[in-house]
Amino acid sequence: MKILICISKTPDTTAKIAFTDNNTKFAEAGVQFILNPYDEWYALVRAIELKEADPSTVLHLINVGGADADPIIRKALAMGGDEAIRVNSDSSDSFYIASQIAEIAKQNNYDLIFTGKETIDYNGSSIGGMVAQLLEMPYISLATKFTLDGTLATVNREIEGGEEIDVVNLPAVISCQKGMAEQRIPNMRGIMSARTKPLRVTEPVPADTLTSIESFDLPPAKAGVKLVPADNPEELVRLLHEEAKVF
Amino acid sequence: MSVLVFLDQSDGHIKKSSLEAASYGAAIAKNLSTAAEGIVLGITKEDLTALGKYGLSKVHTVKNEALNNFDDEAYTGIIAEAINSTGANVIIFSNNFNGKSIAPRLSVKLKAGLVSGAIALPDTSNGFVVKKNVFSGKAFANVSVKTDIKIISLNANSYKITEGDGAAEVIELNVAIPPSRVMVKEVNKVAGEIPLAEAEIVVSGGRGMKGPENWGIITDLAKALGAATACSRPVSDSDWRPHHEHVGQTGLTIAPNLYFAIGISGAIQHLAGVNRSKTIVVINKDPEAPFFKAADYGIVGDAFEVVPKITEAIKKLKGIS
Repeated sequence: MKILICISKTPDTTAKIAFTDNNTKFAEAGVQFILNPYDEWYALVRAIELKEADPSTVLHLINVGGADADPIIRKALAMGGDEAIRVNSDSSDSFYIASQIAEIAKQNNYDLIFTGKETIDYNGSSIGGMVAQLLEMPYISLATKFTLDGTLATVNREIEGGEEIDVVNLPAVISCQKGMAEQRIPNMRGIMSARTKPLRVTEPVPADTLTSIESFDLPPAKAGVKLVPADNPEELVRLLHEEAKVF
Repeated sequence: MSVLVFLDQSDGHIKKSSLEAASYGAAIAKNLSTAAEGIVLGITKEDLTALGKYGLSKVHTVKNEALNNFDDEAYTGIIAEAINSTGANVIIFSNNFNGKSIAPRLSVKLKAGLVSGAIALPDTSNGFVVKKNVFSGKAFANVSVKTDIKIISLNANSYKITEGDGAAEVIELNVAIPPSRVMVKEVNKVAGEIPLAEAEIVVSGGRGMKGPENWGIITDLAKALGAATACSRPVSDSDWRPHHEHVGQTGLTIAPNLYFAIGISGAIQHLAGVNRSKTIVVINKDPEAPFFKAADYGIVGDAFEVVPKITEAIKKLKGIS
């Protein structure tokens, strides 16, 4: 079994969001970057669990990014990836990124491709579906549970007000979210061995860019909280009804 | 040139988020001086002509039971054919669970630029620029779509449903449905529950609730308000509440009209999932809780005393005894 896990570099969840260059660039100064939580906690860890159940499983990591992504790729190797491929591009267009991933996938015949449900910076939730379409593979989005019996996968997928249980024959692309696996941290042996695991850098193949980010905005600041005394909760209800008019 | 809106159904009813998408698509069509049309797949219990109320002039539909089970490949193929035959160049989805499966596939199939998570009408004064949520609601990006066909998926509760007069012409499409590669084995829904992603009012509890046995206070208030219930990450991690109720950076991102945060301190990761709510009410006994800085209204007090009184006052206001 060969599994490809798509990983992305994102600002830490507590990072202050600000922009430079006339609001066209994310202000990276002083920001800590991490492995995108959905890619790490759910996609990667579930893949590692599959390898633990069947040690013949091979885990490849792919990142489309610049050299500044190498530390998070090393972390993913330390957690349990076998080898990594970085496609050297800092594009933010989903179609372009998905085209790069599909190109690598075509060369390696993966049985399974995992992505996180979205990145916490661009929140596109698009890479999995695009890769599936490019590779003409089945796709199950927003998976909360994944079990494997031979090449038959049973996947729980979140839907409005409940869940759907799907069965699919591999190969397939799965986007992963909470429920798939429990968060882990790399151990010392993993960190040491990650230094010698292969991290191959390749140049991107030509692909179209269908969208571009023109600028960023920040939401307007809140006017400030209106406090209601604890002994008069009826006043809160009056304000919500008459002033905020929310019911 | 026209706008085509995909209308998603659940148990034979058009989802609320799809009616928002229809109203949004109709507004875009008006700005572009063209018509908005809809597409509904599978058998519904709805009178499709009535979708004209939301500004759709025509509704294309495939009345085939097989499509009542969601299949992203079949849906993508049929929608692509409809785009071909109608010449639509702006395609609207709701950025809901199914939209997240189909829109990216369609983007590749048609090589059409996709903006997912849109929160406002496109600016067409100079090109085609759509504002979307980024950094989990902490900022917005203005994304330019460079292709002839443009695909937008609209975030829930970002565009108000507008109802007018009008009846849509219903056009039945005859299409072959390819065998599905993903078999739906089971669908489990909690009956009568308001889907969190679509809810206009959400009542949410945090660690301050001290344990799952105290959740009656939250659900009573939610019931009085006709609201969905949610929770913070520590609550779902401790299995006090199911995972699907977790809102925040790594859970669901929501934007209801009213968000009640009870016993939630307001860590930045939680705020990321809810800070686009139009009105935020925070009830916390700690006056230093960071959530108060993001709130519109607040009560510093003991939730166990305050919340039941709020519930009573709401019931009184609404005439529920």
